Amino acid sequence: MSHILVIGHGPATHRLLRGLRRHGHDGTVTVLSAEHHPVQHRPLLTTVLQGRLEAGMLRPEPEPGARVLTGAVATAVDTARRVVHARQGDTVTAHPYDVLVLACGARPVIPPLPGASDRTGRLAPGVTTLREVTDCDRIQGTAVTVLGGGPLGVETASALALRGTATTLVCSGPHPLHERLGGTGAALLTARLQEAGVEVLGGRRAVRREPGRLLLDDGTETAADSLVLCTGVEPEVRLARAAGIRVHHGIVVDDALRTSDSRVHAIGDCAEHAGRTVAGHESALAQADTLAAVLTGREAAHRPTPAVLRLRTHAVDVACVGPLAAFRRSGIRTVGLLDPAGRRHARLALDGDRIAAAVLLGLPEAIAAVSHLHRRGLPVPSDRLSLLLGIRSHLPPAEDDGRADSLVCLCNQVSRRQLADAWELGARTVPALVRVTRATTGCGGCTERVERLCAGWADAVGRELEPTP
Amino acid sequence: MPDALAVTRTHCPYCALQCGTRITGRGGAAVTVEPADFPVNRGRLCQKGWTAHEVLTAPDRLTTPLVRSRDGRLLTSSWDSALDTVADGLDRVRARYGPDASAVFGGGGLTNEKAYMLGKFARLALGTSNIDYNGRFCMSSAAAAGNDAFGVDRGLPFPVTDLARARTVLLAGANVAETMPPLMQHLDRARLIVVDPRHSATARRAALHLQPAPGTDLALALGLLHLAITDGLVDKTYVDQRTRGFETIATRAAAWWPERTEEVTGVSAHAQRTAVRLLAESRDSYILTGRGVEQHRQGTATAAAFINLALALGLPGTPGGGYGCLTGQGNGQGGREHGQKTDQLPGYRSLTDPADRAHVAGVWGVPPDRLPGPGLRAYELLDALGEEHGPHALLVLGSNPMVSAPHAARIAARLASLDLLVVADFVPSETAQAADVVLPVTQWAEEEGTLTNLEGRVLRRRALLSPPRSARSDLEILHGIAVRLGEPAERYPTEPREVFEELRAASRGGRADYSGITYDRLDAGEALYWPCPDTDTPHPGTPRLFLDGFAHPDGRARFADVEHDGPAEATDAEYPVHATTGRILSHYQSGAQTRRVTELAAVASEAFVEVHPDTAARHGLAEGALARVTSARGGMTARVRLDPTLRPDTVFVPFHFGGDGRANLFTNPALDPRSGMPEFKVSAVRLDPLPE
Repeated sequence: MSHILVIGHGPATHRLLRGLRRHGHDGTVTVLSAEHHPVQHRPLLTTVLQGRLEAGMLRPEPEPGARVLTGAVATAVDTARRVVHARQGDTVTAHPYDVLVLACGARPVIPPLPGASDRTGRLAPGVTTLREVTDCDRIQGTAVTVLGGGPLGVETASALALRGTATTLVCSGPHPLHERLGGTGAALLTARLQEAGVEVLGGRRAVRREPGRLLLDDGTETAADSLVLCTGVEPEVRLARAAGIRVHHGIVVDDALRTSDSRVHAIGDCAEHAGRTVAGHESALAQADTLAAVLTGREAAHRPTPAVLRLRTHAVDVACVGPLAAFRRSGIRTVGLLDPAGRRHARLALDGDRIAAAVLLGLPEAIAAVSHLHRRGLPVPSDRLSLLLGIRSHLPPAEDDGRADSLVCLCNQVSRRQLADAWELGARTVPALVRVTRATTGCGGCTERVERLCAGWADAVGRELEPTP
Repeated sequence: MPDALAVTRTHCPYCALQCGTRITGRGGAAVTVEPADFPVNRGRLCQKGWTAHEVLTAPDRLTTPLVRSRDGRLLTSSWDSALDTVADGLDRVRARYGPDASAVFGGGGLTNEKAYMLGKFARLALGTSNIDYNGRFCMSSAAAAGNDAFGVDRGLPFPVTDLARARTVLLAGANVAETMPPLMQHLDRARLIVVDPRHSATARRAALHLQPAPGTDLALALGLLHLAITDGLVDKTYVDQRTRGFETIATRAAAWWPERTEEVTGVSAHAQRTAVRLLAESRDSYILTGRGVEQHRQGTATAAAFINLALALGLPGTPGGGYGCLTGQGNGQGGREHGQKTDQLPGYRSLTDPADRAHVAGVWGVPPDRLPGPGLRAYELLDALGEEHGPHALLVLGSNPMVSAPHAARIAARLASLDLLVVADFVPSETAQAADVVLPVTQWAEEEGTLTNLEGRVLRRRALLSPPRSARSDLEILHGIAVRLGEPAERYPTEPREVFEELRAASRGGRADYSGITYDRLDAGEALYWPCPDTDTPHPGTPRLFLDGFAHPDGRARFADVEHDGPAEATDAEYPVHATTGRILSHYQSGAQTRRVTELAAVASEAFVEVHPDTAARHGLAEGALARVTSARGGMTARVRLDPTLRPDTVFVPFHFGGDGRANLFTNPALDPRSGMPEFKVSAVRLDPLPE
């Protein structure tokens, strides 16, 4: 029996609780949840923003067996006494543990933008990040500017445009996601966003926020009843650092998700595993799965999940797989496809028959296939263009491809030759052919072909009978 | 002067479509089969149906009982001697190990009368709780999901002809163009959405083909529900007025946003959206599921997830739309209603419900406490054979588990360890060849009875011929054994009509109520779908269920709370490819019948494995060469067929072949916790070339 204490109540925690229950963890689990409305599915915030999903749907379901203290803000970790101090409303509480799991997540980076926040870091009215459900309600007014050209900025801007808000996306790079997509892909993304109603202002920096607007470094301004800061996130490491736990960019963990203190683990966006932090939703869940196994005495080691960025935007299907730098590695072969008019673009970097990296835009089937292959480490099919276009490379021969022995009727295995023979022997109508051969009597899919063959043979006979001029 | 030409209207002996046929014979056995103008097949028939007569005269047709001699050979025996051997063996096993040591394994091809009598025989003559049947391998998952959702399990709660008016039909894990070709005529007008890891013959006819990774159908169904919610396509009025439990599953489905569903299933977000839009565009949509949905460790949940989608769109129990399960075996529907399932009594009654037990015990003239409780389920039963607390004697009717059960090598060893294996069959199936006693039985064109097709319509099977030499009906065999075990003779009638009368009484008031159905009404041409209670003015039967309400006490359907949990077996370096099993057009089930038909054997005479050309090249396999397909459980031999439409990570193996060509040598007996259905559809395998 051991008591597990978890700080944070995001998706990683929820997955961990489920894993512990499945593996038959026989101790107690307590969760300190700073939020009153914890978010289980953060990628869905933009769906809530569109009004297509009720905020309540993002809440984690209660996990049987776990005690969740909502509004309990951890204030300090005492690793020597194995106790966490917290504040719950006006009450100060202490929570002993045998095992501590830090799942504190990440927090938005607030840029030093005059007018956007006060000296204490509190955001000015009309300025928000998008991290919690309550943030959705803060985005108001008829014109909204989104600052930041990363994935969240793009997703937020297109969600707002879809709900009919006049939306501007401001980013410092030439185009949103320039570093992930490369020049060609990023330019096409801009074009797609513009088509979807997002005004994209690339290569600009925000210099000042004023009520109702955002001033930019080129002297222009954008209308902004609300300003949404999508300017990146950083791992939440403050508690860990204060407790003397080793922190680099994130809380450093080994393959067992263990920190420098053997009784303390970290998972999700706050953790740094193999040099990676804020590795995203998939990685957080995988870490939770591993930790659930570790904490119930199983052999388990976390392996980094394949890096796949899949945007959630109606404007266009976009995915980036692996690092863009892979395209420049030696021995890499590339496959490319560019359709500027159709605003479609694909680039694959192949290491042998495996995908080292890929940039895909406007090719939904290729995105599904390529990310699926990459996630599972599977080889790419030999026909790469079909893969990118999402079409079947070799269709099976049509049932009737004109050869004498080709099958016309699959259900009754009737070949063209058998039909021709029946015709020669006097079956000169479709019903007669059917009677002799049983063609068309199964699924009926060949009925038209049999009719055509019959008519064709009848025509041929007719022509022979005509007197030659 | 030749014998008069006899013509009889009956139904095809194979699948659950039960196509109407007209069979003609001139005395002896020179029989021909022609399709009849029956609503299900409307004059159509597949190659199996056209050639069904050949099984009647299979060269190795069993015509006399066989008993294994001391030296291990099966020798011809008289009926008396064979049945004495059976009864003595059952007596010995019972005396030594108790009543549960005798077990019965039935089949979804048995007539209603046989299935009913088999259940009665097991519970009364043997007193065993261990009776189950091969339907557990076919449609038990959808049955469980249907019971949970609708309060009753009838494969299609509407006639198949209703499908002809559909605008969109989603077929999940059902390759009807190959397995039920005549059904396609009812799907001609609809836009088809086919969910299948293979680009099957049915998928080729589809407007949209979703090709999920094997074992991820449940995630896909949750993803489609997610989109129905976020795209505002849920029929809120219907959900409010006719269902319960939506909130829970909606919260669950929230986690399956399209990009995550794409990640898990490989089906693009775009295709998911298209599918949901096509389904929701009109109210005339149907969702139909088959074995591809069911034969998984999470098969019940997967069927339930598709039912959830149908309920959210407001389809079930409406005149133009609905959900249905395409039952597979000939009497897959009737066979699961009348007591050969281990937890079940006739009329779809429950063996654990005191009122149900009392009713059936009353019909049988025994006190309710004489009925044993539920026993082991199909695979668990086979797996326990010969083990310390397992059965030591087994009676098999209408099934060939040596070929059809998962982990077949294990099952063969279990069968070999029995004190007594009795198999009733009309051909020397693989299981019959392993038996201690083989009892030759009549088959379709030689017997009377009823079957219930996939629509829940009760059909008459009629005899054209007399059975050959000394073959007896299963009913006569059960009678013969029961009497030898000391049971009263009148308790086991041998006339199908008489048995049906008893079945009517036993099903009276049950969920599958047959009490208003009679041979006379059926012979007069009435189309009778259950429930058909015995009322003062003849009840017309129920072609369409749920129009006024679902079968739960409050009349509402239930959403099921389900979550995707991946296939039991993931691929790895040692077993890098998924194998999925299924049927092909020219064969039926274990192939015991169709492999004996010249025309069908000519189409597919031996086991094969379909492989993507890339995968074949990687594993050193060539078109037409032999390969070993090996899982952690064992391997089989198959001839390679290259198919560029397959997913490269998946191979397909049909399960119709015997010996070393048994697909089930590699399949995984991971069971659905609810239905006991094995995970036939996903195994991790290795492919190796095999020199000839």
